[in-house]
Amino acid sequence: MCLSIPAKIEEINGNKASVSMSGNRYQADITLLEEVAQGDYVLLHAGFAIQKISEQHARETLQLIEEMNRVKNE
Amino acid sequence: MKYIDEYRQKHLVDTLLSNIKAEATGNYHFMEVCGSHTHAIRRFGLPSLLPENIRLLSGPGCPVCVTDSNYINKAIALTADRNNIVVTYGDLLKVPGNGKSLRDCREEGADVRVVYSSLDALTIAGQNPGKSVIFLAIGFETTAPATAVAVQKSNSQNLRNLFFLSAHKIMPPAMKAVIDDGITLSGYLCPGHVSAITGSSIYETFPEEYNVATVISGFEPTDILHSILMLIRQVNSGDFKTEIQYKRAVKPEGNQRARQIMNQVFELRDDQWRGLGTISESGLQLKDTYARLDANRQFNFRIPEPEENSGCICGEILKGKKQPEDCRLFATVCTPRNPKGACMVSAEGSCNAHFKYRNYG
Amino acid sequence: MDDKIEIGHGSGGLMTQKLIHEVFMKHFDNEWLRAEGDSAIVESTHKKIAFTTDSYVINPLFFPGGDLGKLAVCGTVNDLAVTGARPGYLTAGFIIEEGFSFESLEAIVKSMKAEADNAGVCIVAGDTKVVEKGKADQIFINTSGVGFVDNLHSSLAGGGLIKDGDVVFLNGTVGDHEAAIINAREGFFESAGLVSDCASFNGMIRRLLDQTDTVRFMRDITRGGLAGILHEVAQMTSLGFEIEENKIPVGESVQAFCEALGYEPLHMACEGKCIVIAHESESGRVEAIMKNHEYGKNAARIGKVTQKHPGEVVLETIAGGRRLLEPPREAKVPRIC
Repeated sequence: MCLSIPAKIEEINGNKASVSMSGNRYQADITLLEEVAQGDYVLLHAGFAIQKISEQHARETLQLIEEMNRVKNE
Repeated sequence: MKYIDEYRQKHLVDTLLSNIKAEATGNYHFMEVCGSHTHAIRRFGLPSLLPENIRLLSGPGCPVCVTDSNYINKAIALTADRNNIVVTYGDLLKVPGNGKSLRDCREEGADVRVVYSSLDALTIAGQNPGKSVIFLAIGFETTAPATAVAVQKSNSQNLRNLFFLSAHKIMPPAMKAVIDDGITLSGYLCPGHVSAITGSSIYETFPEEYNVATVISGFEPTDILHSILMLIRQVNSGDFKTEIQYKRAVKPEGNQRARQIMNQVFELRDDQWRGLGTISESGLQLKDTYARLDANRQFNFRIPEPEENSGCICGEILKGKKQPEDCRLFATVCTPRNPKGACMVSAEGSCNAHFKYRNYG
Repeated sequence: MDDKIEIGHGSGGLMTQKLIHEVFMKHFDNEWLRAEGDSAIVESTHKKIAFTTDSYVINPLFFPGGDLGKLAVCGTVNDLAVTGARPGYLTAGFIIEEGFSFESLEAIVKSMKAEADNAGVCIVAGDTKVVEKGKADQIFINTSGVGFVDNLHSSLAGGGLIKDGDVVFLNGTVGDHEAAIINAREGFFESAGLVSDCASFNGMIRRLLDQTDTVRFMRDITRGGLAGILHEVAQMTSLGFEIEENKIPVGESVQAFCEALGYEPLHMACEGKCIVIAHESESGRVEAIMKNHEYGKNAARIGKVTQKHPGEVVLETIAGGRRLLEPPREAKVPRIC
């Protein structure tokens, strides 16, 4: 289970944050996260931001898979 | 969509598939224990892409499917009192108890409301001071923190008319019960969003004591295929460990604050899992501190003995021992429109996913 | 004028006459309505006449991109257009709940007129009934429509012209209407991107029929979404479809809405979209004509017809896997699991 979608933090207001998902805005509850900043991406699940998404790890994962391709072609 | 489209790129899928095919030299049985994984695997047609020596099994990962009839019957009993407003996630609306679902109750005039967030239950309670509002709290570790926050907010706002009926469960005991039941398993594809909360240490027993490959996976096609490749490599090398494929969302330590709040509100109890029976220390119920909000303690339930449909093999399916297609009710008597068992009702149940996304060729 | 509809407005006396004149005739205004006959006498320009009807019920009545009135015109015009007809005349029957606001009624009627003008049709006859409070949900509209079919196109409606190897086109993004409605009703998100696509696309269809030779079949995509109608057509013709998921246009906001709440875009209703099936040889031309029209800007070739798996729609997923594309079988609810 755990239908969650990446959402971008646009504005923070106490323990709520206005997040956007491709033009759709929602007032997410951010009580579960210690530190979030405008511009961060979070996982939105059942109205709550449950974890921050790490841009660095996101890129590294994609790079890792891309590199598999290069290794194979050598 | 950012952080989704990049993980759906075909050339990456193709790369992973060619690596999988090259390295899958044995026979592999990988089980996922997350309804969202069941759904994604079928929706993207992954079984039609994987070689036959890799079998993907579905375990008890759909919280709706493993919620036993007693819970649904309690929810239905609550609707009988027209002073009650029963608030639920959409997933539970069509699950049948003894012949009836919450949706049927709503059609008969009961006040049943579908919400997206547990906090909506607080709004409903605030708007209806003369009524009792009961929130049906289902889900695994991903969703339990959301309930915990709602419980604490309700308490601090001193809402006297909001109650929580918890069916929350935790994954690892069920994952252990499945293996202890005797299934052949090479690896566990672990639930990425549960793990975002719990971190990776909860799965340690599987590589360490059971020699089962263990990878925490995301939900996009490249995530799942990447995880399958990582599982294959663990099996091939015999080096079993807990690895995180879904690094962008899962930290080894998980979300400590979420777990803290969960621990303030919930305690572990034995719980009934449909198909698996009683599993000790697997269910989350409200602590005594929050007894006032616990529907189990504040309401008297007179509920019938749960009926089970003969022929329904949801139990075997939830343990990964049988496939939906093995059930004689599947797609004949038991369909999404007319479900006989929980696996067909829930959009993430194995039977529902197999019915809606029949893989082809 | 009064501000709420009363039972008297449906009783046939002076109140009814007042309602008809001050709202319906005022806005729909044409020679047939002015004649105030029991029937409208219209000219038929063709031997073959297309005749259709539909009833419109929706909540909320006013939503981003349209309202019940606009829908009531587009839906019927589109049904005529996809069977090859030139839409001509519509009727409009109203069932109104006592207490419904005049202002809302007038807004809906004005909307119908605007859309009728857009589509080039006239609303020539109508009826109004008022029921007691609680006996209808605000307002229901039925529209019937006649259109005129060139002999050349008289076989389009049945699907009998569709052949193995024909190409399937879609005139734009799917799921917009139902996503907009669900969101307007439930208030999940604030979104400028969830807008109903309701539109009368008969102009685009007319260009296609005038400028190409091999359109075999068309159907508008309403309830059940793209998956629903592909399945219907497959069953009806005992042919199969091979559809490429990565070619199906879905708006970003609609996609995100569906991903967040667990809805399936291919099951979501549209109100301004259709499939067009044509011979492979004209596929470039068909696509270009559609793209050149306001209601086909995001047109795409999404797949083809096959005799290999009769009655079944096979989807090649974005990952390259293959699965059956099933129609929706149950009412939609949002999920968290």
